[in-house]
Amino acid sequence: MSTFQIDFGAEDRVVGIDLGTTNSLVAFMDLTGPKIIPGADEDRLVPSVVSIQENGEAVVGNAARELLITESERTVYSVKRLMGRGLADVQDELKLFPFKVDQGSDSVIRLKLGDKTLTPPEVSAYVLRQLKHNAEVYLGEAVNKAVITVPAYFNDAQRQATKDAGRIAGLDVLRLVNEPTAASLAYGLDKRKNGVIAVYDLGGGTFDISILKLHDGLFEVLATNGDTHLGGDDIDNLMLRIALEDIHSEWGEDLSGDKEGIQRLRRAVIHAKEQLSFVPFTSIDLEYRGRRYTREITRDLFEKLVTPIVDRTLGPCRDCIKDAGVSVAQIDEVVMVGGSTRIPMVRSAVETLFRAKPHTELNPDEVVALGAAVQAGILSGHVEDKLLLDVTPLSLGIETMGGVVSKLIHRNSTIPASATENFTTAVDGQRNVLIHVLQGERELVKDCRSLARFDLKDINPMPAGLARIEVRFLIDANGILNVTARDQRTGKEHSVDVKPSYGLTDEQVEGMILESFDKAEEDFQARQVREARVEADTILGALDKARRNDAYFELSEEERGAIDRATNELLLVYHADDHELILNKIEQLNEVTMSLAENMMNTAVRGALKGTKIE
Amino acid sequence: MNPSSDYYELLGMPRQFSLSQDVLQARFYELSRQWHPDKFARRSEAERQSALDLSSSLNDAYRTLRDPVKRAEYLLRLEGFDMGEQGSKDVPPELLEEVFELNMALEELRSGDESAKAQLEQARNNFVKMLSKIDADLGSESAQYDANPVKDTLSRIRILLNRRKYIHNLVEQVPGPSLS
Repeated sequence: MSTFQIDFGAEDRVVGIDLGTTNSLVAFMDLTGPKIIPGADEDRLVPSVVSIQENGEAVVGNAARELLITESERTVYSVKRLMGRGLADVQDELKLFPFKVDQGSDSVIRLKLGDKTLTPPEVSAYVLRQLKHNAEVYLGEAVNKAVITVPAYFNDAQRQATKDAGRIAGLDVLRLVNEPTAASLAYGLDKRKNGVIAVYDLGGGTFDISILKLHDGLFEVLATNGDTHLGGDDIDNLMLRIALEDIHSEWGEDLSGDKEGIQRLRRAVIHAKEQLSFVPFTSIDLEYRGRRYTREITRDLFEKLVTPIVDRTLGPCRDCIKDAGVSVAQIDEVVMVGGSTRIPMVRSAVETLFRAKPHTELNPDEVVALGAAVQAGILSGHVEDKLLLDVTPLSLGIETMGGVVSKLIHRNSTIPASATENFTTAVDGQRNVLIHVLQGERELVKDCRSLARFDLKDINPMPAGLARIEVRFLIDANGILNVTARDQRTGKEHSVDVKPSYGLTDEQVEGMILESFDKAEEDFQARQVREARVEADTILGALDKARRNDAYFELSEEERGAIDRATNELLLVYHADDHELILNKIEQLNEVTMSLAENMMNTAVRGALKGTKIE
Repeated sequence: MNPSSDYYELLGMPRQFSLSQDVLQARFYELSRQWHPDKFARRSEAERQSALDLSSSLNDAYRTLRDPVKRAEYLLRLEGFDMGEQGSKDVPPELLEEVFELNMALEELRSGDESAKAQLEQARNNFVKMLSKIDADLGSESAQYDANPVKDTLSRIRILLNRRKYIHNLVEQVPGPSLS
């Protein structure tokens, strides 16, 4: 670390990541507040699109988005919709998304991209690696810790899949934070000391509504509701269907099986949709294989199309208000999050329901990432006056006799939350007890979402009903279930074998991490060198400026000589492919500039230190 | 602070039925600021685990004590009463006839007989009235216990609570405005 940077917990750097359906962003906290980190192309949004090249390398973001059209069979988007889901869950999506799926996988979806077969967490890991890289280049230091946002209504498997993606990408995921809650942090609504706010979050693929109570910097979520399968993608699909029908009758050709055609048309449809937020009419235009399709679309028609989708968000809003135990009149402010809230009709529907003009000051695409950075600041100890108390969106229960679910932790309970339950054996000499855990609000097992089966193994053989095993179900601050068991007769921890119903086992994730390490070894070395050079650039740049500072001239001849020598040595090794050597010389330069840095701090420059670097 | 303390101790509240919601909330917020896992993200694994245990107990405690019915059931359990499900499943004897009629009317409505609607509505109103009487009785009995804690009062409260739960479940099955 360069001494010319003010230590803002760099060794403890935690970034905030919004891993979105359509776009992803990374942000960090500096002295003035949360900041979005742009990529090398200066774009603040990284499209959540991954393309696997023939040589096995991944292309991510804007470049991959271009490949959606020309190399659609090896390119994937909106993979967030598949996170933590089984094959049976996504049959509808697969009709419209051009994903090739390995039909042999029930509990984890496997996508065929070129020669590779990847699970959704592995695909998301590519997006996360890109964001990690962008942050490292921008900050000039390694980034290993992150807060990642998830839709508030994500279930356990979807959360676990997101955490797995982080691990595969080499990130220590310190916290999963709910997107609407993150957004409320970014809005700085705690300036209002006390009050009730609603956050309406309609993104590319998911919808969340949360109602929070503010209390002197403490954000207490009262209730949350939503739909993890509702968003801008659905609007695109409606428009796409109409355009496909038009084309079928005009051209006499069905484009729906034509991957490239469909991608081009999807892009045209999205363009028209975005236009309609600002102009009263526009057109969907497609030129493809020498033919031309144009259809004028007015905002009136668009709104008729979108009405059923907006209506689907209102039910969860009403339920959420009821669960929060507040009346509409008690809600002081409404915050809008997600790109789809740019649609004027969405805004007016929300305004009508909540009888309040919604906040739209912050960019709805960026607000979640900014909030994630604030949460990162809370975890690294740099933000002390704020605290989030979030809730679990779904009730947790276990299967009992007759396929009925017995609820242990109710939805909207503040997390961490726990429940204990005693289990025993039903027959003499029984060695195992199987516990089936589910999430959902319905009474019957078949109507809830299976979460996992926990096997209490190696019970000492004894007559039926004598064994006493106390099982503790704990939903942690990430909204993820942890199960521990204790044999009450011996007082010893009892082993629990977990079989997740959807998603990867721990061993599978470990395997993926190892695999990515193997392949990344060379990459890694090249990157370390690159990073060391970035660090060298930073210190050399800072020194250059420092040489013009009064403090520099206060140094002794000897001290200035030492700085010159160390600078030259660093410049000599700068182009060597040995990061340790470069870091070593940086360290040396750091040492000899120590008193310069101190002098500078002591002179009047303190006031000018707005950023993290001395200007 | 010890996660295995009882909920009253954990939140520093007196062990009684009636609690000040404002004080309870203030305590909860104050302790959350101290013990939430966010405050321990950079500590050792062991410290993080104990903060997790403590803050989950704290949340469980607040959830129980802020709800008057859950709080009453909890206090009875602390005082050694068995608050299992069975107590609220048996029909209170004095209600046998009314429960029977209500169930008949429900059955008729389910089989498509709309004429049962008026009867149901009446039965429902009756039970809702009973509920508010029970709540009033619970209020006075708990006040009595808080002033003079004797076991007999607790036994009466337990019967009232079981009856309340039974009627509550019953009314929920009948279509109509939801109960609070």
